[in-house]
Amino acid sequence: MSFTVPTNIEVEIDELITHYPVKRSASLMLLHAIQEHFGHVSREAIEWVALKLGLQPINIYELVTFYPMFRQEPLGKTHVKVCRTLSCSLAGSGELRDHFCRKLGLDSHKHGPQTTPDGKFTVEFVECLADCGNAPVVLVNDELQARVTTVQADEIIEKMPIK
Amino acid sequence: MPSEFRLILKNADQPGYTSDIECYLRHGGYEQLKKALGTAGRDLADGKKQSPQEVVRKEVLDSGLRGRGGAGFSAGLKWSFVDRKSGKPIYLICNADESEPGTFKDRQIIHKDPHQLIEGMIISCWANDVKLAYIYIRGEMPQGAKLLNKALAEARAKNFLGKNILGTGYDLEIYVHRGAGAYICGEETGLIESLEGKRAYPRIKPPYFPAVLGLYMCPTIVNNVETLCHVKHIVAMGASEYAKLGTPNNTGTRIVSLSGDVKRPGYYEIEVGKATLGELINDPAFGGGLRDGRKLKAIIPGGSSSKVLKAGEVFKLKRKGTDGQMTPVDVPLLDLPYDFDSLQQAGTMSGSSAIIVMDDSRDIVDCLANVSEFYAHESCGQCTPCREGALWMSKALHRMTHGEGRKADADYLLHIAQNIQGRTICAFGEAAAWPVLSFVKKFREDFEARGATDEAKHDASVPQKISASSNH
Repeated sequence: MSFTVPTNIEVEIDELITHYPVKRSASLMLLHAIQEHFGHVSREAIEWVALKLGLQPINIYELVTFYPMFRQEPLGKTHVKVCRTLSCSLAGSGELRDHFCRKLGLDSHKHGPQTTPDGKFTVEFVECLADCGNAPVVLVNDELQARVTTVQADEIIEKMPIK
Repeated sequence: MPSEFRLILKNADQPGYTSDIECYLRHGGYEQLKKALGTAGRDLADGKKQSPQEVVRKEVLDSGLRGRGGAGFSAGLKWSFVDRKSGKPIYLICNADESEPGTFKDRQIIHKDPHQLIEGMIISCWANDVKLAYIYIRGEMPQGAKLLNKALAEARAKNFLGKNILGTGYDLEIYVHRGAGAYICGEETGLIESLEGKRAYPRIKPPYFPAVLGLYMCPTIVNNVETLCHVKHIVAMGASEYAKLGTPNNTGTRIVSLSGDVKRPGYYEIEVGKATLGELINDPAFGGGLRDGRKLKAIIPGGSSSKVLKAGEVFKLKRKGTDGQMTPVDVPLLDLPYDFDSLQQAGTMSGSSAIIVMDDSRDIVDCLANVSEFYAHESCGQCTPCREGALWMSKALHRMTHGEGRKADADYLLHIAQNIQGRTICAFGEAAAWPVLSFVKKFREDFEARGATDEAKHDASVPQKISASSNH
């Protein structure tokens, strides 16, 4: 199998497994660790995690398809998640997502995450991000941005460092 | 004049207050843990003995603390259901899967005062003989997870966690477990399945009450972040002093998340029942009123799954009269005390204490379409009525908000919703059905008008020639 996990990630993973009396419980944490490093969870990664935890690949695959945060395809380096749910919607998150899409040449009528052809940006509508008092909110990679205006949206697009 | 009463968030927003352990210790941090660990046992009148742990559990019960996550169930009673004779380990899980739309209170605690949560958790674990506990935090809070991990490491370094805590011989470990974007993980049995490394399909009760058959089929306590923080303050104040906060049967304080069409959206901690819905929305100390020139249309009072309240509604609430009898009294919407019982009597719930305000510029059909899309997306798919019904309602509402409404849609939506509620394993079925039932019943004219307009437009656009030829 060509899939290899760097030693430091595997050390981290082995430590995570010790947190649980039953290895299987570590599944989600392992998938997070894998996705953070590789950017997505590939078929090979699913098999690797299953083997690591003494499970069948289907036990891991069914998690990747159930939990919305896991993805099987690589996405853009900068992942823009715009909150779609009521409080943010009342504060204009629909228009905000359209703005991101327009600026990046994406089709705002399409469902699901969309990535620019150069692989720099992914824009996605997600459900409630639990910061409704600061609506509309946007999660840019791991960082939550509050009360985002179209001006700030442009700044996010212009200033986001490409990792 | 109503005002905030900050107990949980006392320090959180003070200038210079940081999330590290040194700052927490400077503000009296972990003193209540020491106090709890030093609790003496009690001899009861009937000759029985109460262990120190039992004394603390009794305090929590007597404080009247009710769960701050959504159901509002007595925390002390929940603890009392734990099977302590099974010989199996007892687990405690902090539910930090804050995902009910409109709610952002636990985020404040996790980000600004994580050690308060950890102290409350350690006390709760000790009082329930728990040796291993988890904080299940939603996947979309990566910064919160990092902060908690840092705080746990700091607590371990000071021996508030780990082996032989503060020399008492008590061992406890707490780990952070991250979810991955599924709302259903906030449901306690779904959360447990998820923590076991499975899809978060809720378990059926009975028999799978977490207090008996929870994590790994062992007795398990699942408490919300805010609830666990309150335990620390109950230890500090004593049950009877704590119970003086708030109102009878609705004790303590609560952090209210306010969002939508108000001037000052945000979180406000109040004594439960000591501020009304109207005060929370209009008072300068809280929401500061609606935007200029706008009138109130509707309020979602306890997270998006609670039943909507319509401006101008008047409710019959039972109140104790001067003769000591419970008599029904008319209470207008904005005079409803914001507590568990009043909202329940008004036919809705305080849920996760998240208020979403909608003013008269809002299209109520659009608002419901937004809420229903959430539930359609988040149904775990285990039970057919919910999986199919939530999506069905969302599709009908999508059609209505895209110029294809029908006059019969109001009844159509009610019919689907009525066939979901009560027919599912967990309360998600109700969470999906209640907004639809309440929005359509209370704003029927809006739904029918939308349908009538669309039908008229549709009829007018059908060319006469085609209508005539269709007779052949």
